[in-house]
Amino acid sequence: MMHHRQHSAYLVLTDGRVFQGLAIGSRGHRVGEVCFNTSITGYQEILSDPSYKDQLITFTTPHIGNVGVNAVDMESERVCASGVIVRQMTRTCSNYRADQGLNDWLLAQGVVGIADVDTRALTRHLRERGAVNGVIVSDGSDVAAMMALAQRWSGLVGRDLVGEVSCTAPSNWSQGSYDLDAAEFALSDATTPIAVLDFGCKQNILRMLTDRGLQVHRLPASSSAAQILACKPAGIFLSNGPGDPAAVGYAVATIRQLLRHDIPIFGICMGHQLLSQALGLATFKLKFGHRGGNHPVENIVDGKVEISSQNHGFSVRDDALPEVVEVTHRSLFDHTIEGLQLRNRPVFSVQYHPEASPGPHDGAYLFDRFAQAVYTYAAVD
Amino acid sequence: MPKRSDIESILIIGAGPIVIGQACEFDYSGVQACKALKEEGYRVILINSNPATIMTDPEFADATYIEPVTWQTVARIIEAERPDAILPTMGGQTALNTALSLNKHGVLAQYGVRLIGAQPAAIDMAEDREQFKRAMDRIGLEMAKGAFAHTMGEAQQIAAEIGYPIIIRPSFTLGGSGGGIAYNPDEFAQIVASGLDASPTDEILIEESIIGWKEYEMEVMRDSADNCVIICSIENLDPMGIHTGDSITVAPALTLTDKEFQRMRDASIAILREIGVETGGSNVQFAVNPADGRLIVIEMNPRVSRSSALASKATGFPIAKIAAKLAVGFTLDEIRNDITGKTFAAFEPTIDYVVTKMPRFAFEKFEGADCRLTTQMKAVGEVMAIGRTFTESLGKAMRGLETDTCGFDFSLPEGVDGDQFLQEKLAVAGADRLWWLGEALRLGDAEGWSEARVHTVTGIDPWFIREIGCVVALEESLRGREVAALTVDDWRQAKREGLSDLRLAQLLAADEVAVRSAREGMGVHPVFKRVDTCAAEFEAITPYLYSTYEEECEARPSDRRKIMVLGGGPNRIGQGIEFDYCCVHAAFALSEDGFETIMVNCNPETVSTDYDTSDRLYFESLTFEDVMAIVAVERPEGVIVQFGGQTPLKLADALQSAGVPIIGTSPDMIDLAEDRERFQQLLHRLDLLQPENGLARSADEAVAVAAKIGFPVVVRPSYVLGGRAMRIVHDEASLLRYMREAVSVSSDHPVLLDRFLNNAIELDVDALADGARVVVGGIMEHIEEAGVHSGDSACCLPPHSISQAVIAEVQRQTEALGLALQVKGLLNIQFALQGDTLYVLEVNPRASRTVPFVSKATGVPLAKLAARIMGGKTLDDLGLTEVAQPKGFRAVKEAVFPFVKFRGVDPLLSPEMKSTGEVMGIATDFATAFAKAQLAAGSILPDHGTVFISVRDADKEGVIEAARQLQHKGFTLFTTAGTHRALAAAGVASETVPKVIDGTRPHIVDRLISGEVDLIINTTEGEGAIRDSKSIRQAALDRGIAYFTTLAGGLAAAEAIARGADVTAVRSLQSYHAAEA
Repeated sequence: MMHHRQHSAYLVLTDGRVFQGLAIGSRGHRVGEVCFNTSITGYQEILSDPSYKDQLITFTTPHIGNVGVNAVDMESERVCASGVIVRQMTRTCSNYRADQGLNDWLLAQGVVGIADVDTRALTRHLRERGAVNGVIVSDGSDVAAMMALAQRWSGLVGRDLVGEVSCTAPSNWSQGSYDLDAAEFALSDATTPIAVLDFGCKQNILRMLTDRGLQVHRLPASSSAAQILACKPAGIFLSNGPGDPAAVGYAVATIRQLLRHDIPIFGICMGHQLLSQALGLATFKLKFGHRGGNHPVENIVDGKVEISSQNHGFSVRDDALPEVVEVTHRSLFDHTIEGLQLRNRPVFSVQYHPEASPGPHDGAYLFDRFAQAVYTYAAVD
Repeated sequence: MPKRSDIESILIIGAGPIVIGQACEFDYSGVQACKALKEEGYRVILINSNPATIMTDPEFADATYIEPVTWQTVARIIEAERPDAILPTMGGQTALNTALSLNKHGVLAQYGVRLIGAQPAAIDMAEDREQFKRAMDRIGLEMAKGAFAHTMGEAQQIAAEIGYPIIIRPSFTLGGSGGGIAYNPDEFAQIVASGLDASPTDEILIEESIIGWKEYEMEVMRDSADNCVIICSIENLDPMGIHTGDSITVAPALTLTDKEFQRMRDASIAILREIGVETGGSNVQFAVNPADGRLIVIEMNPRVSRSSALASKATGFPIAKIAAKLAVGFTLDEIRNDITGKTFAAFEPTIDYVVTKMPRFAFEKFEGADCRLTTQMKAVGEVMAIGRTFTESLGKAMRGLETDTCGFDFSLPEGVDGDQFLQEKLAVAGADRLWWLGEALRLGDAEGWSEARVHTVTGIDPWFIREIGCVVALEESLRGREVAALTVDDWRQAKREGLSDLRLAQLLAADEVAVRSAREGMGVHPVFKRVDTCAAEFEAITPYLYSTYEEECEARPSDRRKIMVLGGGPNRIGQGIEFDYCCVHAAFALSEDGFETIMVNCNPETVSTDYDTSDRLYFESLTFEDVMAIVAVERPEGVIVQFGGQTPLKLADALQSAGVPIIGTSPDMIDLAEDRERFQQLLHRLDLLQPENGLARSADEAVAVAAKIGFPVVVRPSYVLGGRAMRIVHDEASLLRYMREAVSVSSDHPVLLDRFLNNAIELDVDALADGARVVVGGIMEHIEEAGVHSGDSACCLPPHSISQAVIAEVQRQTEALGLALQVKGLLNIQFALQGDTLYVLEVNPRASRTVPFVSKATGVPLAKLAARIMGGKTLDDLGLTEVAQPKGFRAVKEAVFPFVKFRGVDPLLSPEMKSTGEVMGIATDFATAFAKAQLAAGSILPDHGTVFISVRDADKEGVIEAARQLQHKGFTLFTTAGTHRALAAAGVASETVPKVIDGTRPHIVDRLISGEVDLIINTTEGEGAIRDSKSIRQAALDRGIAYFTTLAGGLAAAEAIARGADVTAVRSLQSYHAAEA
């Protein structure tokens, strides 16, 4: 019943482990860091999230592609992950919003993938062994040669991937969130300008900022403080993005300059890690990262638990916290820092993804908080 | 927040007897709640009338009341125990309603008891349709459009706002009569007219039809700090229109985008907050229009439910246990996740497998029942299966049902119009729609059954249809091939799509053994993976396992001494919670004796499938294939097949032949007891009697046997469960009709005929034996005479009318049989006492339905002791010389029936078992215990009014005393002519009322409907009389009038009424047993 002939494919890990499966998407081979995501829903959002650049995503949920792909549930213009690893590629798609089947989409986007893998065994391997590099091979290339290729690959640590996914020129964003009932995106009547520093920004962040009446100026990651301030922003947003935060020193320097002003700043994920560095904190690579839609985060300020969407392989170190910095959120899984703020100013950031998409909406209040700070700043200014 | 310190004692209300819609999932939740609260140091007080539950084992609560679950009884318990709080969310709708009544009647206020987990206002808002709708309006969520109308004009106005199709439901009519679906204004006018006419209040509910929409459930938890988490999403494969309990469901939801899922998540949490569920778990049901995604809220249950039991088993997140802890003030982030040991309950489980739940029906038990699946639940049990993919779990669930199917093995019957036949089977869902759907897809486009048409006809999501289509296509690609020709890839693919060895054997025209050995020869085995709540992100320290055809096995068996217990599979009539109770006890007992215990079962409702009941849990179907796969990995020292009912027993021979060490009574001895000829020889050797009997392989032989032993005869097919197709036949014509219509008799499947013992008293005995000694655990005297299935008969322990001499003889014969069968473990024997002669009816050297009842009555845990014997202990080791029988009280067990769910079925008791559950009444005298059991079963005995008495000739003399007692008590007597004459002759005056067939009106049914009768004693004999009196029983059932269809039952009721029994008097089990000791 499959629509195409089934070709074998391999997932070759640099530690020597090889998984055999069936080719999905395009034929070819792609190197990347192998990671796993435990979300049950939202493969389209995950695959189009720029933060997954240079990663081969293992979906732990076994059925992938059931609801197809549509024009709305995109987090960027394209598939950003390097490859897809699934237990079972769907045999049909069924959803009133589906425009296309997942496999056709992967083909059209030239994305390589492998199905029929014991993804649970792979996940357990990654959990025990830690993040590992690998290569998906679906073009018949020699496995040993491919392993050598993957072993030669530089990996994520120390690499600036932000530069590869950030927008190249400033632009404005005016689309609000998608309303399922009305089947349309909300219209923007935004007037208060903010600057979004794009490190590989998920579109839902831009939509949620827009929903709150903020006029989004999206700027390349390499923008200077002067260029950013030139938009006269009443707030600065630091976006999510891929790769090693320690390799984006230029952005840290920029943020440090921005911190000299009293403009409200809000960062998510990479933005949080860069802000942390600008505040004097270091980052480190987690053993196997946090990727999923069920991560509990404790809000230390009010004691409540938020269920969050997460996607990060690096984290902010917990030592040498400057006096002015306060930890606001912690992971209830491993107690790593999930959020912090300046004690004296509306400068705050979270490691997790309050914009969800995919994932629960528990963190949406952070956008309200930012918008509030922006409005307060704009009113005073 | 730490636990509440302002509370010291908590009363938990149980759900009462197992009925359709409220089954052993509430034992599971009650047990978890009791354990969780005791663990925290609270004094736990429990009420539940169901003795077959684990929760009513005396060690689970500080005070256990096996009493009727009514507000009046609970009020007496509150008066006696003065609990600080009541937890009403663990015992289903029964517990919630009881709590509401206690509140309404001021009992809570009077004694200063508060509800925890759910407040009356919240329960009310969730239950009351109008209040709930207003609440949904407030938070901007839609419900199905609709309103009440009292006139045609109002109705048409509402219709104009809704649009067609429209559902019309008259208020307060029985079984929804007078309602329907209208697709156009003409139909609408017609149905509204008949609906208004049918409704006693001239009221109809007019509602938008959402039949065919996708149906979802969300299991949500909230704590006192307002933290909310979704434990599990469930998608119904069968769309709206079929009760979720009757639907095939899967977890997680498989056909939602993240946006749709998150919208449902947000809505679920908003609903909990708006309704005001302070803490605990709730179930929220949604419908989604597949065409445009429109979301409709169906309902919410502010309590633990069947779905939450399923969600707990599906995810490994113990909802009831956590809900109990939240109710006493803990927050989710303070409660550890047992499965990982490292993380906390404040998270949302994510799973990396697919769970399929399938309902199990019992329509074959209820002649004349409407077998169509509708919005009223009819399933009596369910099976759950876990697989890595939908098709793998579906295949496991199908074979786990034990309905003689091993996959998509239905094919069109000869000579039918296939198109029309399938159209009907698919459009009107019955128990087997899934199988016919498979057949339609097999016929495929060429025969007019495209996937699109199957979707249009069934409303089932195209995704599921394609998946099933792939299974069927794979089957066809294998059909007719040689077993030896299959490649490793073929085997692997077949097994990964969920095809059982048995199904492959059918397709490959081989036997299961050949298929199995060929598959194993190719090295294709299942591996076991863990249910871990987190999709492998963290290590699972709890071995909760399922099989799948993948690469890596996570079983990690230990090298401890271990015993495996095979459970009972899905509940069905004749095999229910009692057997799960025994399996759970086996696990507890063997664990105490130092064994590692391994449980195998596939019933999500049970305590046995709790991950902390045994050391290791395999959630697997109970088939030879699935059990052997576990044995291969675990290599247990012993396997117990005698506790789970027929399900594991059926496997005993095959397992033993395969070298599996079965412990306890040998399968050969079990077979001896079931094999008619071998058993007869045994009785002969022991010089014991059985009713005269014979075997017939054809109708002619049956007539000949009956002629020899004399009518009436009891006829039944060989090897049956729960008296399936068993009848008492009074004449040759009826016998021939039975042979023609009721059974398919053949030389392989002969029919058994036993002489029916008129007016005999049946006795049930449960005993323990170790091969050298036999100890009687309890003797129960049935209240209904022999001829009513033992599972449907009320019984009393100790016997209330049997002489010591007979009891001694029962003990002697029990010992003789126990020793002869070399029983090691449990033994159940049914005797019939006719005059002074004792006949052996049946011997079952295994767990019986009455084991929990006897254990509750005597305080001796028979199943536990039996398991320890099976593990190698002797009765001497256990120090058991006798089981003391209660002296200061009597315990009555009464059966509970599902007739209200099966309108049109004659609620007459017969040799075929029909009850779904049981209750226990305890009191110092028999009559009060009987009346309490009646009350617990939902039959309220009147203390004044009118009794209608009409009995068959054989009972006329016997009923006189009862009539006299009732008259003396002030009852008016209605009788039919014959009974009137018999009573008059004895000097008891009564008013004659015409029978229905007399043609004079008002006849008895008219008087019943008019509400003039409060109690019925009506016994009948012969097919004609039974047919004529059916309308009396139906009317009694519809109106909730207490009725007795056996003389013994009627006499017991009359005695209880005459005595003015105090049915709400309460006393704890612990207190009864302490007084006996």
